[in-house]
Parts: sequence; C-alpha cells; structure tokens
Amino acid sequence: MEVFADFFRDLYDTTGLNFVIFYEEYESERFIAAVWTSLKLIVICLILSLVVGIVGAWAQGAKSRIVRLVMAGYIQFFRNTPPFVQILFFYFVVGTTLERAGLMPLVDMGGWNEPLIGNFGWAVVSLSFFAGAFNVEIFRSGIEAVPTATREAAEALGYTRLKSFIYVIFPLAFRVCLPALNNNLVNLLKTTTLAYAIAVPEMMYTANQIWSDNVNVTEMMFVLFIYYIVLVGILVWLMHKWERKMIILGYN
Amino acid sequence: MSETVTNTGWTPDQPMVSIKNLHKSFGDLEVLKGVSFDVMKGEVICIIGPSGSGKSTLIRCVNALNDIQKGSIKVEGIEVNDPKLDKLELRKKVGMVFQQYNLFPHKTAIENVMMAPIHVLKQPKAEVEERAARLIKKVRLEGKEQSYPGELSGGQQQRVAIARSLAMNPEIMLFDEITAALDPETVKEVLFTIQELAEEGMTCILVTHEMGFAREIANHIYFTDRGVIVEHGPPASFFTDAKDPRTKEFLSQIL
Ligand SMILES: Nc1ncnc2c1ncn2[C@@H]1O[C@H](COP(=O)(O)OP(=O)(O)O)[C@@H](O)[C@H]1O
Ligand SMILES: [Mg+2]
Repeated sequence: MEVFADFFRDLYDTTGLNFVIFYEEYESERFIAAVWTSLKLIVICLILSLVVGIVGAWAQGAKSRIVRLVMAGYIQFFRNTPPFVQILFFYFVVGTTLERAGLMPLVDMGGWNEPLIGNFGWAVVSLSFFAGAFNVEIFRSGIEAVPTATREAAEALGYTRLKSFIYVIFPLAFRVCLPALNNNLVNLLKTTTLAYAIAVPEMMYTANQIWSDNVNVTEMMFVLFIYYIVLVGILVWLMHKWERKMIILGYN
Repeated sequence: MSETVTNTGWTPDQPMVSIKNLHKSFGDLEVLKGVSFDVMKGEVICIIGPSGSGKSTLIRCVNALNDIQKGSIKVEGIEVNDPKLDKLELRKKVGMVFQQYNLFPHKTAIENVMMAPIHVLKQPKAEVEERAARLIKKVRLEGKEQSYPGELSGGQQQRVAIARSLAMNPEIMLFDEITAALDPETVKEVLFTIQELAEEGMTCILVTHEMGFAREIANHIYFTDRGVIVEHGPPASFFTDAKDPRTKEFLSQIL
C-alpha cells in the first residue's frame, strides 16, 4: 500500500499529475466513501427500476382503464422530461412539500432527526422511476412478441392472467428484451451521476469536491472516466452472462 | 388424484357436453349460427368442414377461450355461457391441444407436462413428476424428458402437448386439427396416441382433416359449413350416404 502511495506522490513531485486520492489519507477516504455511495445508489436503482418495469408492464395489461391511463401518464411524464429536472423536482418540490406538510416521517439519527427520505432516497426514487418508465416500455415490447397461441395454451391449462404472466409470458418476454434492457440499465448507471445535483456524495459529487480542494480537475476527470468505464464494463459483462444463461435450446 | 365434485346435478347418463343453439360472432361477422349437439361420456366426435367454417371457433367456445353471444354450452352441467363462470373449474375438466403445439419453449418436455398441475392445481411436485414421467412414457417419448420443445420434431412436440393436457386429468379432450401442421411421417404417431386415448374411454371432440382416421375412431361425425352443421351421422353412413350437396362436394375433394 505504501509503495502505491509513494508512486503517486512521486508522480506528483516529478510530473505535477496530482492523483491525491491515492496518497493522501483524507482524500482517499472521501473517495472510498464515494465508491460505496455510488455503488449503493447504482445497485438499488437498477433493482428498483426492474421492479417498476415488471409491475408496470403487468399493470399495462390490466382490465381497468384507470390503471392503464395512470400507467400511460407515468410513462409519458418520465420519458418526455429531462431526468435532471426530475431529480430536482423530487428533492426540492416533492420532498420539501412533504416535510413542510409534516407528512415526512423523521428518523432519529442519535441526537438529530433526518427525514426518512433524504437526498439519497429522492435520488433513488427519481432515478428508479425514470429508468423504470423505459423498462416498462421495453418489457411491453417483449410481452407483445410472445405469440397469442402461447398465451392461450396457458389459459386453456387453467392459468390465471397473473400466473400466466409469472410463469409463461414474462420469462419468454424477458429473453426477447434483454438487449434493450441492457442498454437502458447502462444508461441508468451513468445517469446516477445526476444525484450530484442534490448533493448525494456519490462519485461525481465527491470528485467535484476533491478537484475544488486540490485543483486537479484533469486527474479527477480521468478517474471518473475510468471508474464508469469499469462499472459499465462489469454490468455489460454480467448482462451478457445472464443472456447466455437464458438461451433456450432450439428456440429462435 | 383429485376427485371431481359436481354440484351441478350432472350424472354420467346425461350428455357430458351439451351445446344448444350456439351463436358466436366476431363483431358483425356471425361465425356460428345456431349449432347444437351432444357428446356422451366416452364418445369420440369428429368435426369436419371446409376451412373458415367455424370449427376452431366452435371448440374454443367449449372451454371458454371464445365468448358466446347466444345459446348454451354445458360441460358436465357447468354452463359456459354464464358471466359468473368459474373458468378454472371448467378448464380442469376440459383439456385442449392446438394445431400449433404451443408448448412453453423455455421449459423441457417434462417441465411442460408438470407446470400446470403444480402452478394451477398446486399439487406436490414429487407426485406430479411421477405422473408426468408416466405420461411422457404413454405418449412414447421416453428419453426425451429433458429435451426442449425446439429440439423435438413437430409430432413429438404435439405428443408432449397431449401429455401436458392429460396431466390435468381432464374429463374431455378437445383437439383442433392437431396433425394439420405436421410432416406426413409424424402424423401417424400422433393419431396413434389419440386412438389409444379414445380406446381408454376419453371423451374427445376432434376437428380433423384425416378422414380415414375419423372413420376409424369417431362415434359420430359432424360436417360444418358457414357456421351451421349441415349433416351428421355415424361414420358408416356419413361417408357413404351423404345427402347434402355441400357435404358431397367436400367429401369428393378430400377423399
Ligand atoms: N379472433 C377472431 N376475430 C375475428 N374473426 C375471427 C376470429 N377467429 C376466427 N375468425 C373468423 O371466423 C371464421 C371461422 O374461423 P375458424 O373457426 O378458425 O374456422 P375453421 O377452424 O373452420 O377454419 C373465419 O372467417 C375467421 O376469419
Ligand atoms: Mg381451424
């Protein structure tokens, strides 16, 4: 570890390239905390956006017209407005309004109270619904690709709409939409940097703080690029592994 | 195995399926224009007729895949044309095999057979698996249990579809031109499976173009054209004494 730090300290002394996060304890702790926060944000948003997508795709096929209208409205709103504005809206408008109205439960943090949904929470809500809206559309296109005949076979065997969705329709639809889903999740991963706008101490926000304190914008930009390239690489690798696992012998 | 309890007052001496004055339209297009017939327990009924005459629609009405505008269908006393119909109760009694085998492509042959009893009837997996293995054997696909539908020939898939339907222990089976999409070589093995079922006493309603087969296994043949039953009778007389010109023309084309 010491050798590693020395290398970057030397690098700074000899070339002026200041990767302060690798040799100064205070900055490296900030950086590591940011890694955890951003990973937590990314993983929670990925999972929730999938849940929103699945439930939404199911709700889109509901008998109730009201449910379908609500779904259509949700998708239009989140697809057609900038995610940057959405995240600001959730934090500064929805969050503040709830708090002022006394509707936001407070959590005792040992001496001081914090709202149950703070800036991290609102980033999760807004980003998950944003990516979820696209996931709904992606899953819907997959569901539409499942032949009516397959649906009817399940129906004739006594499957209800929900059971048929869970055991037959969705597993088949899912395979069809994996490539599109892959794209959207990669997008979501990158979009989590918007949490910067509401001061969630994730990677973008922390990098900005570090370069403000150390005047090493270029170096921190470099770190940011590498960080996201690696994360996206891991996500894509996992999705491809999943895709391969999902291949049905003799199908398509 | 589950006992079927009917509180509909149906007894085996009454028709198992009783269709009365059935009318079915798709929008303005009236496809069935007053069809009536009965099927007794253990009977094998064949429905023949030109394409587009409403044969598929007719048997799809029996298990409520299509709704009905007018008339009555009773399956073991259950009225199908009833807004409060318990579809699950009906579908437990009625098995159906389609022209396009419609197997679930993401599940192996034996999983296809096991799925509905586990998901729909909530039967224990071990018991279902044992029964599924027997059914796969019954349709002569031993060794293919772990194959995916895409790895099987059309005829093999169709036999898995039959086994899948039988796994629900239906009282009656509907077959909609199930050999129409198959290669001639595989037609025979599928027909043989149906024949065995019929011989075991399964009540069957078959839509088919296999006249030789119909003649051999049917108790009664119905000829439909443009939404009505034009002529019907036991095979012995049906094929030789057809009176209606439409029946004659159809038979002359197909025989
Ligand atoms: N879901 C549907 N919507 C509209 N028309 C249909 C539908 N299903 C069948 N039809 C029409 O009903 C008629 C009878 O079809 P079908 O029962 O499939 O005939 P068959 O099985 O005897 O060939 C045809 O004219 C067909 O176009
Ligand atoms: Mg047909």
